[in-house]
Amino acid sequence: MKKFLALLLALTMVLALAACANNGGNSTPSEAPSAAPLETPSEAPAENPAEGATAAFKLGGTGPLTGGAAIYGLAAQHGAEIAVEEINAQGGVQFELNYQDDTHDAEKAVTAYNTLKDWGMQISLGSVTSKPCEATAAKNFEDRIFALTPSASSTAVTEGKDNVFQMCFMDPNQGSASAQYIFDQKLGEKIAVIWKNDDVYSKGIRDTFVEKSGELGLEIVSETTFADGNDTDFNVQLTDAKNAGADLVFLPMYYTPASLILSQANAMGYAPKWFGVDGMDGILTLEGFDTSLAEGVMLLTPFNADATDEKTQSFVTKYQDKFGEVPNQFAADAYDCVYAYAQALEAAGATPDMSAEELNDLMIAQFTSMTFDGLTGESMTWDTNGAVTKAPKGMVIQDGAYVGM
Amino acid sequence: MTFLSYLIQGISLGSIYAIIALGYTMVYGIAKMLNFAHGDVIMVGGYMCFFATSGLRGNFPDGSVAQTVVPGLAGLLLAMAVCTLLGVTIERLAYKPLRQAPSLAVLITAIGVSYFLQNGAQVLWTSNPKVCTSVIGRGAITLGGLSISHVILLTVAMCVVIMVALTWFTGNTRMGKAMRACSEDKAAAQLMGINVDATISMTFAIGSALAAVAGVLFTSAYPTLMPTTGALPGIKAFTAAVFGGIGSIPGAMLGGILLGVIETFAKGYISTQVSDAIVFAVLIIILLVKPAGLLGKRIPEKV
Amino acid sequence: MKRMTKKNRANFLTYGGVILAYLLIRVYDGTVGLSSMIQGLLVPICAYVTMALALNLVVGVSGELSLGHAGFMSVGAFSGTAAAIALQNAIPLAPLRLAVAMAIGAAFAALAGFLIGIPVLRLNGDYLAIVTLAFGEIIKSVFNNLYVGLDAKGFHFSFLNDTVSSRLGAGGKLLIGGPMGISGIKIISSFTAGIILVLLTLVIIFNLVNSRAGRAIMAARDNRIAAESVGVNVTKYKMMAFVTSAALAGAAGGLYTMSLSTVVANKFDFNTSILILVFVVLGGMGNMWGSILSASFLTLLPELLRKFNLDQYRMLVYAIVLIIVMVVTNSPFLQQLVENVTGRFKKEAPAEAEEGGEGNG
Repeated sequence: MKKFLALLLALTMVLALAACANNGGNSTPSEAPSAAPLETPSEAPAENPAEGATAAFKLGGTGPLTGGAAIYGLAAQHGAEIAVEEINAQGGVQFELNYQDDTHDAEKAVTAYNTLKDWGMQISLGSVTSKPCEATAAKNFEDRIFALTPSASSTAVTEGKDNVFQMCFMDPNQGSASAQYIFDQKLGEKIAVIWKNDDVYSKGIRDTFVEKSGELGLEIVSETTFADGNDTDFNVQLTDAKNAGADLVFLPMYYTPASLILSQANAMGYAPKWFGVDGMDGILTLEGFDTSLAEGVMLLTPFNADATDEKTQSFVTKYQDKFGEVPNQFAADAYDCVYAYAQALEAAGATPDMSAEELNDLMIAQFTSMTFDGLTGESMTWDTNGAVTKAPKGMVIQDGAYVGM
Repeated sequence: MTFLSYLIQGISLGSIYAIIALGYTMVYGIAKMLNFAHGDVIMVGGYMCFFATSGLRGNFPDGSVAQTVVPGLAGLLLAMAVCTLLGVTIERLAYKPLRQAPSLAVLITAIGVSYFLQNGAQVLWTSNPKVCTSVIGRGAITLGGLSISHVILLTVAMCVVIMVALTWFTGNTRMGKAMRACSEDKAAAQLMGINVDATISMTFAIGSALAAVAGVLFTSAYPTLMPTTGALPGIKAFTAAVFGGIGSIPGAMLGGILLGVIETFAKGYISTQVSDAIVFAVLIIILLVKPAGLLGKRIPEKV
Repeated sequence: MKRMTKKNRANFLTYGGVILAYLLIRVYDGTVGLSSMIQGLLVPICAYVTMALALNLVVGVSGELSLGHAGFMSVGAFSGTAAAIALQNAIPLAPLRLAVAMAIGAAFAALAGFLIGIPVLRLNGDYLAIVTLAFGEIIKSVFNNLYVGLDAKGFHFSFLNDTVSSRLGAGGKLLIGGPMGISGIKIISSFTAGIILVLLTLVIIFNLVNSRAGRAIMAARDNRIAAESVGVNVTKYKMMAFVTSAALAGAAGGLYTMSLSTVVANKFDFNTSILILVFVVLGGMGNMWGSILSASFLTLLPELLRKFNLDQYRMLVYAIVLIIVMVVTNSPFLQQLVENVTGRFKKEAPAEAEEGGEGNG
């Protein structure tokens, strides 16, 4: 046993040394294998003048590529990949993309972030999910590396950080927008809320939804929760809503539990109006899902894979060809992030030999002043807090497809 | 009325736990190991059922009885075949070399197998959830305002059938007796001419086949499938098995159903936010009063 | 007497090894420079090593299988971090604040350990394991529903619903926000603090193990009835090990959380408990040096695998490595080989790993 441990130790040392010596392990082989590329980012092109013409911005992001939340991370990674391919093919601004796995965990996200930093990341896509992104955003702020997260929507992600921006709506905005929408359209009088009690995203939306409903005089008659490990059986929550006479059920959650809620409600013959948030997007493309169950579900979402405009169509086709799936909102947000970067870098006249800190200042100036048209919204703008302003689209599901409300 | 509907919901949830717990308790009773990969075998069973039903469904006219029954049966058989093979392979490669090792080493290996199955499933079948069309159909019968779905009826029935069959099998067949002998004392069983290795492999085969049945029923009741689907029902079922007295076949069934009922009542009458905490608190209290579980045998300590 | 000195020498070798490793890493960092990734991992590794040592005291030395140790880490993490935020102005010196916060975390975790120990230690074997699992889940659920705020008037608490935010006075701040956990934590943990915690943990454990109490604990592990028959108060000594372990786990939790800027209750779930148990079992039960190595190795392994661009295969490879390591280290063939090689020393130093093997009797 002891011998074996000694062996383990030796192996660890070797691996660790290999990792230390090979800081740029993920980068192209043509790059000079300097021991600390981060300290001398501007030297690399100088050493390889031939590379100057094709030098690319190093764009890094972390997200859950394995584990229970992998659908979100992989979607963002795939969306960003497609955008990078398209932009690089156009010949203008060039990107080199590196996505690292954070398994939806803050500690792993910091490690993933540090791996990217060792690689020489110049601009960052933050993290895909909220809690890990809070941890990496703090690092972004400290290291002065600009971040634009596709989908980490909690307020703590951007709070107090001048260089962390979001492509998605902030959670509180979604909650109050949903309540306002329900009130304006007179969709329901008695409302039930089912939310996920151990999830930052769900809790953030639920809090402002309940608050705004109170202001508007909407009556919340039932409020129930679920949590990890308890997210398959929703009979009690639905019975509670049904007994309370709720005519509209608000579901601030992702589409996986939502699909179970819809099928269980159907089995017990409960048919209220359903109202979801952007996390609900993707439910129609669940493999094997009976879309008739989602008939009449309303949601506020910035992206819609069925949209007929050329941009969306081309993205969806490419995504399907490459990954065999219909892209969801996470993929579209990440795709938009890369395009927003391309636009900002071009406008600022940035070059890949600039340091992360120089780019950081340029990006802050650009993002607070520019207007961007993407898949997830037209004429988006950002405020100095990093929050995006774009109009959510109200959608309703009819005959297995989204229809604008 | 609410009470009755909660009770029925509790029993249906509990019967799912029970059917998983039966496999758990079976393996524990004979091999004396906590097979933490059991939940992931259930997940594999669910995926097999998904592929069989979604592949075959198109071959039958819409709405016909055959469209529900044939793919369902095929799914069940495919799941059982694949899971049995998988269970025996896992046992041969990962657990058998550890027969003489401390029990904790085996536990850690089982956890390794569980990680392996989850990540393997993600690589093979992606992390995108798949929705399995119920092999039973979405119908329900109504009794005076209460509706009980076919899935629940079938699950409860299957649970009872499996429990009776297992009890009979371990009590009356040659192999079953060998299993009980191994569970009592492996060394002595070997001396009596029982092939301990073969018996344990057989236990894993049966346990995995049960996991396949559980997987099919689980995905019928809760149709959204992901690579991590099996992990948490596995832990709940483990709790249920301990609840009823681990190693005891009727205990697993009783423990599972009680767990489901307690969980549902805790959610319905106290709070959905802390229902898990309440379930575990009840478990702790029961174990303090009856340290070997509800139906477990208290083995006196030998000096 | 001779055996005692041998044991002491082994203990000093362990201290020396840890200090040497610390110095080597520092020198390497100062001359060649460590990658950011490794630097970022140093504090979490120290926290995991402390957790593994703490759990080894319960599983290896005391012989009780605990599946809920992440719960104590959670108690220490939340109470310690909340204390650090509350003391931000009172103690401006960060290392001192960290020490006080970790001590507070350890105290709360010890209290939790004592309260949980009362029912748990009456049980045996797998039943004890499942009850610790249950407590771990209950702790997670409690922190997912707990709201703690602080303003000029002192602390405010609420459970299930956030009534704290509305009651907070001017300048008040929500410390623990239920499922949101704690956000915006000031990073005050450092590698040096981590190594000090590891050394302190080793001092505490070695002193406990080599004391009268430690011998009583091991006697109770090897044969409870025999120990009781010679007048050892088994429950008292088991409780001593359990509470010590909980306190150390709490301190590790504080160290861990204050190295990240955010924490949620779900981090300290069953999977984390199992992860720590894997460290202990792989390192060898009762073998502290082994726990240190295996915790470091297994924390580094998945991160080092990033270098090979495995993407989604990374965790699959990790799982395979874990299984192979368990099978190989326990294979009779390899054990025979090790025995042959170390045969000469066999009489002098019996492999401690095998001593605590069957701790469930």
